[in-house]
Amino acid sequence: MSLLEVRDLVIKFGDKIVVDHVSFDLQAGERLGIIGESGSGKTLTSLAVMGLLPDTAMATGSIQFEGTELLSLSDREMSKICGNRIGMVFQEPLTSLNPLMRVGKQIAQPLRNHRNMSLKAGLVKALTLCERVGLPDPERIVRAYPHQLSGGQRQRIGLAIALACNPVLIIADEPTTALDVTVQREVLKLMNELVAQEGSSLIFVTHDLPVVSSMTEAVAVMQHGKIVEHTKVDDLFAHPRHDYSKKLIDTARATEAEFKRFASGAPV
Amino acid sequence: MTRNRTLNIGLGLVAFSPFMALLSLVWTPYDPLEINPDVSLAKPSLSHLLGTDVLGRDVLSNIIVGSRTTLLTAFLAVLICMVVGVIAGIGTAVSPRWMETPAIFGIDIILALPTVLFAIVLAAVYGPSTFTAVVAIGIALSAAVAQVTRREVNVILSTDYVVAAHASGSSTGRIVRRHILPNIRASLFVQASGASAIAILAESTLSYLGLGTTPPAPSWGRMLAASQQYLIIDPIVALWPGLVIVITVLGFNLVGDGLREALDPTLRKSAS
Repeated sequence: MSLLEVRDLVIKFGDKIVVDHVSFDLQAGERLGIIGESGSGKTLTSLAVMGLLPDTAMATGSIQFEGTELLSLSDREMSKICGNRIGMVFQEPLTSLNPLMRVGKQIAQPLRNHRNMSLKAGLVKALTLCERVGLPDPERIVRAYPHQLSGGQRQRIGLAIALACNPVLIIADEPTTALDVTVQREVLKLMNELVAQEGSSLIFVTHDLPVVSSMTEAVAVMQHGKIVEHTKVDDLFAHPRHDYSKKLIDTARATEAEFKRFASGAPV
Repeated sequence: MTRNRTLNIGLGLVAFSPFMALLSLVWTPYDPLEINPDVSLAKPSLSHLLGTDVLGRDVLSNIIVGSRTTLLTAFLAVLICMVVGVIAGIGTAVSPRWMETPAIFGIDIILALPTVLFAIVLAAVYGPSTFTAVVAIGIALSAAVAQVTRREVNVILSTDYVVAAHASGSSTGRIVRRHILPNIRASLFVQASGASAIAILAESTLSYLGLGTTPPAPSWGRMLAASQQYLIIDPIVALWPGLVIVITVLGFNLVGDGLREALDPTLRKSAS
């Protein structure tokens, strides 16, 4: 049995269909990249798995996680899975942290929700988690407020929160889009290591093809709410079947070529 | 700098009435209820610093003792309106969508109800007293508090960190406690200080109309009402209760403005 089975997922806002019969499987330990432009439905698909769709959205179809149908769960049942079996890393590390709460408390939050930990025990675990995500001086970090940390540090906190309860599935929604290019690379490297150590599955949502190729083996290309191509990353580069996939690859190659020309000092 | 000044001036003006209330417990120049027809409507003098009213009662003593009524009214009315308003505001914001329309409708009805009319009904049923005035003011103000709170909570509910809290499995109760209340705290302080000013004015109005504090208990509003009849003979008697009401209300309004700026997180210095 697959860890996650999405079948004919349709998400509508009123009459407007934004995710159109999306189906995919994810095995335990497997990593899948979902790539597509803004509005292609990739983020909504990942939010649907977490049960975090806005009230105005209607989702039909089936999302089976460890044999449980997620779409029919109540909010209360869903909250037992979120943060516990599935961890999520958000796009904007600043806005996804409560500005008035010390980050240590925020890291302890999933532990207090799911492991019945006291605040004190949660904060001790937060220190270890900070070390795991490569934050120097964890004693200072856990006492800091989000605005006192850099973008890279905040996203590491985001990773620590997602990993707190050792989830079997991690969903990352454009986790590096809001970061500087140099910090991006560090955070991706860290994510790669941590996901490998945990042995968890990963759904990595992005619009950036080179990023997805460094993170996952398989990739699903989404356009206008549909998965237009679902294949191994290597195969996608070798034989892109869909026009949109070809366009993505051409753009990535063109950028690379331009960069090489620029680096060699030739006029652009 | 300027925002601290607003807050400090406001706090200074507001501190005036607790100071008088405390003073009234240990000392007043005269017994505020002592009637002395010999000195009816006396001008301010060394023996009666603010003069006397038509029954010869010392105005200063009455103002000092009246501050207790005013403070008690403001405190209790604000307590009622904040508790009821915040619970209603948060409750309607986090409740299921189908409950939203009836809840907003209910808040709008209370908002549309004039405070004075509501107080007349309460006074007719339970008799006029400081207590009925307090309840009427508290309930009337709670609708406005509920409306503002609901709007603030809705903004916070749509933030990424609340979505992230859901994603880490937090229940609605925990989200309200850990994320919503701390983030609307600043707004609640501002609303409470604004409500205090309105409550003091409303108590004065209701006492003036004979729907609040009953005689002979001293109240600033009632003193104002009593002095009205002698306005032509002795206008200065009306000046004193009017002045202390203005000072206290102005103080609470300045505190509200000062707090609004002092608690704005975007103006806070980063401690890095």
